[in-house]
Parts: sequence; structure tokens; C-alpha cells
Amino acid sequence: MTKARPHAFQKIPPRELIRRRHLPNVELITHHGKRVRFYDDLVKGKKVVINFMYAHCGKVCPPVIANLVRVQGLLRDRVGHDIFFYSITLKPEEDGPEELKNYAEMHGVGPGWLFLTGRPNDVELLRRALGFSYADPAEDADKSNHIGMLRFGNEPFLRWAACPGQAHAKWIATTILEEADFPARYGAK
Amino acid sequence: MYRTIFGEKVSRARWKQLLNAQKNRREIIKAGLSRRELFKMGLLSGAGYLVAKSGLSAWAAECGPGQCQLGCSPPTTPFLDPLPIMPVLPERTLADPGFDPPPQECPNNANNPATGLPFEGRGQFNGVLQPGTDCFQFFQRFPPEKFFISRMRENANFSLTSDPAIPDQTIWGFNQGGEDPLTDPAIFPAPTVVSRYQTPIVIRRFNDLPPQDQNGGFGVPETSTHLHNFHSGPESDGGPCRFFFRGQYYDYYYTMQQAGFDADSPPNGDIRESMSTLWYHDHRVDHTAENVYKGLAGFHLIFNQFDTGDESTGFHLPGHLNPDGTPKFDFDIPLFVADKLIDPGTGQICFDTFGLDGLVGDTFLVNGKIQPFFEVKKRRYRFRVLDGGPSRFYEIFVTNPDNPSQVIPFWVIANDGNLLPKPVQVTSFRLSVAERYDIIIDFNKIARDFGATRLWLENRLEQVNGRAPTDKILPAGQIQNALVELRIVGDPVADGSVDPATGPQFYALPSNSDNDPNAQPRITRTFRFERSNGQWAINGRFMDCNDIRFTVQRNSIEKWILLNNSGGWQHPIHNHLEEFQILSTNGVSTPNGSVERSRKDVVRLGFNDRRELFFRFRDFRNDYPMHCHNTIHEDHAMMVLWDVQDTGDNNTRP
Repeated sequence: MTKARPHAFQKIPPRELIRRRHLPNVELITHHGKRVRFYDDLVKGKKVVINFMYAHCGKVCPPVIANLVRVQGLLRDRVGHDIFFYSITLKPEEDGPEELKNYAEMHGVGPGWLFLTGRPNDVELLRRALGFSYADPAEDADKSNHIGMLRFGNEPFLRWAACPGQAHAKWIATTILEEADFPARYGAK
Repeated sequence: MYRTIFGEKVSRARWKQLLNAQKNRREIIKAGLSRRELFKMGLLSGAGYLVAKSGLSAWAAECGPGQCQLGCSPPTTPFLDPLPIMPVLPERTLADPGFDPPPQECPNNANNPATGLPFEGRGQFNGVLQPGTDCFQFFQRFPPEKFFISRMRENANFSLTSDPAIPDQTIWGFNQGGEDPLTDPAIFPAPTVVSRYQTPIVIRRFNDLPPQDQNGGFGVPETSTHLHNFHSGPESDGGPCRFFFRGQYYDYYYTMQQAGFDADSPPNGDIRESMSTLWYHDHRVDHTAENVYKGLAGFHLIFNQFDTGDESTGFHLPGHLNPDGTPKFDFDIPLFVADKLIDPGTGQICFDTFGLDGLVGDTFLVNGKIQPFFEVKKRRYRFRVLDGGPSRFYEIFVTNPDNPSQVIPFWVIANDGNLLPKPVQVTSFRLSVAERYDIIIDFNKIARDFGATRLWLENRLEQVNGRAPTDKILPAGQIQNALVELRIVGDPVADGSVDPATGPQFYALPSNSDNDPNAQPRITRTFRFERSNGQWAINGRFMDCNDIRFTVQRNSIEKWILLNNSGGWQHPIHNHLEEFQILSTNGVSTPNGSVERSRKDVVRLGFNDRRELFFRFRDFRNDYPMHCHNTIHEDHAMMVLWDVQDTGDNNTRP
């Protein structure tokens, strides 16, 4: 048998496939009140660290956010320069820009780290596309049990990974720098 | 404005469909339909989730171009292609240009002017050069006698099937060591490494993978090649933190001695620790799943004076050798089983780099082909069956598709590539990621007793997501569950192999008896495999290359208790350096004569299981991992590093 039968395969660039599957271009609002597009403004061409939280979350968010503050300290001025942190609320109906601004100030987050809210359907779409949902709907509905992972992306290099938000801050920082720097340092042509 | 799951604008019609789906779900909940009723209506999967049907789940995307999910791969015609047999990695001399500069005991970290990196990647830990580390242990005692080269590369013309539904693929693989990619392309599964005990070897592996942004959507061109279950120093083990970069090579040195050579069984180790069927695969921390899934894996077989590769000698296991000592693969056949997802738009194998649960494919490859066929003669064959992952569990039966109700027995002779004390007759076996079962099927007897002219190795275990199998056994004879079709041809032929029914004895198990003064654990350690807020943990902690969590005393015995505190997840747990014996499962001793009364390197943690393992840790020093071999769990930190030194610690819950 030969491959004579014509078959219409599409040549979709891999970067575009990742965008379609995982990086919807929904509109979000930052804790500074600015309207942004998730893909175009926050992810495209950037190195990013993404997690989900909500302001009144008392279980996994406090240790993860405290950990991320330590990670931000370890990464120094890289955050905001070429690495960006995004914390997206799971409860956009409760967490407006004002609440998120207070939350960010309370935790002493530095520049280069945005807290994000948006229309509930958009945020839900984003949560699922980014892989922060459970297969079991009952488990998934329990927001107090939400996924405490950090997602790392080096978007132009098609490189994505994730790490528990409660891992050691130093290891998280090391991992972020590998994801951010190794592709250009060791992986470029 | 209307948007889909991609955030794209959609028609008002599709938007209404999504709204309807939400409404339907609410109505199901409101109607209070029981799980049983939902199941009967076909709306609930065996695992208890609402099936991802459009019109039911608003978030279930339609299968279409760009989708990478279970059930969306293009259907293919089975049994079109013959089963490939992987070539044997050829031996090379040190005069080969690939050995310039030559292998050395301590890493060659001199700067390679062509790349600006050290020539060799050995001596780097988590990408950082650590001068003075990772010299080969026992190199002077067992100097290498045979040398091999293999290059990791992309292959953009790799055919999975002659079915035109699937185009040629771009994969990563290993080649046979040549420099020219046209004459010596990288392949999956990789060339089979064949070695013999007491003949030490060096394999130089080059990382010639493409740049990161040319990965086709997944794969990281930083690699560490683990020889799964071999007894080697960390500098040759290919652990998670010892990855190397494009443009570098890494010399892997294997003493080819059995465990115990510098402990209880000098000078060459304990013959009862001989291994037969191993595999090698990438192990780069955080990125193992995508790299192995992309093709960086193959078999490594070891022979000795008993498991000789020649059925006229030793244990008389099926097969013959070529004059150069390599297997003919006439009646001894490695089977690399892997499940894949294929994007229906591009026709390319796809991988979800955003998934956390595990990836379960709907397209079965055996030795790199989709559902191949294999012609067998009327005699006994040895098959070495490997689950290459990333996440699926299998229950493999021998099915007569022309009479699926027949229950066909066969023999297991090795668990995780280690010969059992004697063959065990079974009608199926459970296989989780990285496990290997060597089985013997007697096609002459089956043709005679069952009238079969063809047989399938069939996976009848239901699994609908990466978390665990449902443990439901599916009906026999379903073509989509066939892994390979074995076509019985010709008249009965000469068979010089041992009949497992005669009860041949292989290696006895090393003692683990409570009454044996030489089998007393120095310490018992407990490990709980768990998940909290979607984070995979061992004893509440996470993988960290810089955190070595406990120290085993070199040349001592330990008992490890592994716990799965979940009824929703299963984990195949793998430990490096030394294999183990399973003492008990949920308080019940491993029965004599069972396939688990064996030496193993992967233990399945079923729902809420408690399993006790017996280890001897011998010979080598320094750091190794234990981890879940559902490689998606592994990449998300379900791994612990430990150390071997001359003094051990007393940490019972590391």
C-alpha cells in the first residue's frame, strides 16, 4: 500500500498550535485597572510564570504567594525586565482590580507581577486552557482545593513546564531561569 | 461577542450550543439522576466523570484541527505494516572519528571551541559545571572492552503506518552512531543495545538535537539518558539532574557486573542479580515525558552464561545469535508499546505540555508502528514487552480474534526484565509505565489446542484519563485494543527452546527472610505518595535537584514502605541503583509462585495501597532518584533524591 491517496493535512506552525490550544487571547484587567489581552499583551514573545489564586483563599494561596514573593526576590530585576509573573483570580466576581491591588500591596509584590481579573467566562476559559482544572467535575468545583502549580512558559521558544507552588523558592527560581535562559544559551542555532 | 475554548470568535449557533450544554448539565444535576442511571444512559464514563460529549460539557472542545485529546486521533487501519525489529547498536573502535577526543575516566570538560561548551556534558549538575565530580566509579577495576556511539537527532521522515490517514512524522530518536543523518537516521525505538555481563562498555551519546524553537511543539534539547534498572554509578545512570546540551557528548560507562561486586559477592557480583531486559530513555528533570514521548528511548538487553541468547545453551530460552554474538531476533522479540495522540488537523503526534494528570493516547504503536502484524512460526517465542509510557496501564491478554471467548494461557518468565525463579503460567498480565514482562508463547500448542491461525496481544484494561485505569476489564476481541497481530504461518518447526511447562529453574531469589541474619534491614523508611492542591508530592515534599533528602549506608539492607493515600490515582514507582523485592501488599505477603515474587524496579501503587519493599544497596556511592514513572507526575515533582555514602542516616520519613 502506498501513500497515494491525497489527504489534506494542515501545516499549522507549532507555536500557533500551542497558542490555539492553551493561550486564548481573552481580555483581562490588571490590578492597576488596565485592560489587556492575555496572548497579545502578556504572553506573546515573553517568559512568563502563571498561577491562579483568589483574594480570600486561605489554604494554598498564602504559602504559594509568599513563596513567589521570595522567588521574585531571588530573580531580582529580571522580573519585569524579561520575566513576568501573572496571578489570575479564580473568583473574578469577587476580585476586581481594587481587591487585587490591595492583595498585591498586602503581600509586597514587586513590579513585573500582575494580578488579573476579567469576565467570569473568560477567566474560566483561561483556567482550563492553561491546564489548571481537574478531570473530576466535583473536585474541580471546589475552589479551596484549586491547583497550586506554577506554569512556566518561554513562549517564543515553545517551551512550557510547571512546578508545585510550594516547592523550595530557590529551586523554583533556578527552574524559572533554566526555562528562561537555556533555550537561547544552549538551544539556539 | 461569542468565543470558543480557544478564545476565538464563534458563530451565534455554536455559542447557543455551548449555552445548551451548560443548561443540560444543570438539568442533569437538578433531575438528581443517579450515577447508575447516568452510566446506563452512556453519559458517565467508567471513571465516574461525565463523558466529554459536545452538548453535555460546555468546555469539551469538538475534535478538530489543532486538538490533542483522547478520542480525536484519526482512525487508522490496523495490521498494515510488519512489526519492525530495531537494529543492534554496532560496536565501534576507538579509532572512530566520533571518539576524538577519546573517553576518559574523569569528565572531559575542556572547552570545545566549536561550541564554546565543554566537550563532555558529564560533570555538569543541573546544567552547571562541577569540576572534579562524576569520575567513573570502578573504572580501573573493570576497564571498558567495547565501545559504542549513538547520536540523538531529529528524523523528519518517520513513518508510523502505511495508512495514508497518517503522514510521516517528525520525531526525535537515537541513531547507530554514524555522522551522516541520511545514511544513519535517528529512529524510534532507538537501536537496541546488546551487552554481556563481565564485558564492560562505554556508550558515547551525542546530543545533536535541533534548537529549542524547532521542537515542533514539544521536546527540550537537553537530555540525560537513563539506563533503566542497570546497576551503575550516578555518573553513568542518566539521572534527572545530569542532563547535557546540544553540541556536547556524554560518555556512559557500564561495568557490566552484577550487583554486589564490591559488597557481598566479589569479584563480579551476585549471579542472582542478573538482569535481561532493560531500556534506556531520556530523564531530563521537568521534561522527561515530552522527550521520551518524542522518541528518545530504546531497549538494552544483557546476556550472560545462562540467558545466552542461544536456545541451545544455558537456560535454553528462545532465540539464536549471529556469528558476531548479536541476537538474530528470530524467536526473541522486543516489543516497545507506546500510546500516542495524533492531531487530526496536522496528522502529527501531539503532546499536551500543559497537562498535569497524565497523558493517555488512543493510538497504539508497537516498535514504532501503529498496530503492526508479525508472522510467527509454529514454535515457542520469547517476547519482551515494555510499556514505554507516558501514563497508561495495560492488562495484556493473548486473544484469538476468530474466537475471542477462548482463554489462552501463556508463560511469564521475567518481571521487569529479571528472570523469575521459574516460569509462571498466566492468562494476562498487568503492565504499568516502564515495567517489562518477558513472556513465552507456544504458537504450535496454541494452533493445535485452540485452532488459532492468528492471535492478538490485546490490552483489555480500560483507562480514560491519566490518573489511573478504571480497573474494568473490557470484552475480548475489540480491534482498537489490539497491540499487534501475530499471524501463525507454516508447519511446526524445530524448537530447541525449553518448554516452560517442564518447570525449568532460573535464578533463585536473593534471601529476604526474617530468619536470615544476612537479610536484616538496617532501617525502615516510609514514603507517602500524595497530591495536595494538584501538586504531586512524596511525604509532602517536592523534587529539587539541590535537595538530597536521605542517605543510605553503602552495602546495607533497607526496607521501604510505599503508601498511596488516594483512591483516585495510581502510581508506578521506580527506584534507581538497586532493584527490590516486594515483601507484601496491604499486609499480605507476596505469594510464592506469583509473578511478583521476583526482583523488580517498578512497583505499582494501586488505590490506597501499602507495599513493602526489600532492598540491598551495594557498590556505588552518590545520588539517585526514586520517582513516579507516570512521567507527567514525575515531571511535576513526584520525585525524591537520595544518597549512598559509607555512613547512612536514620531518617525514617524522608
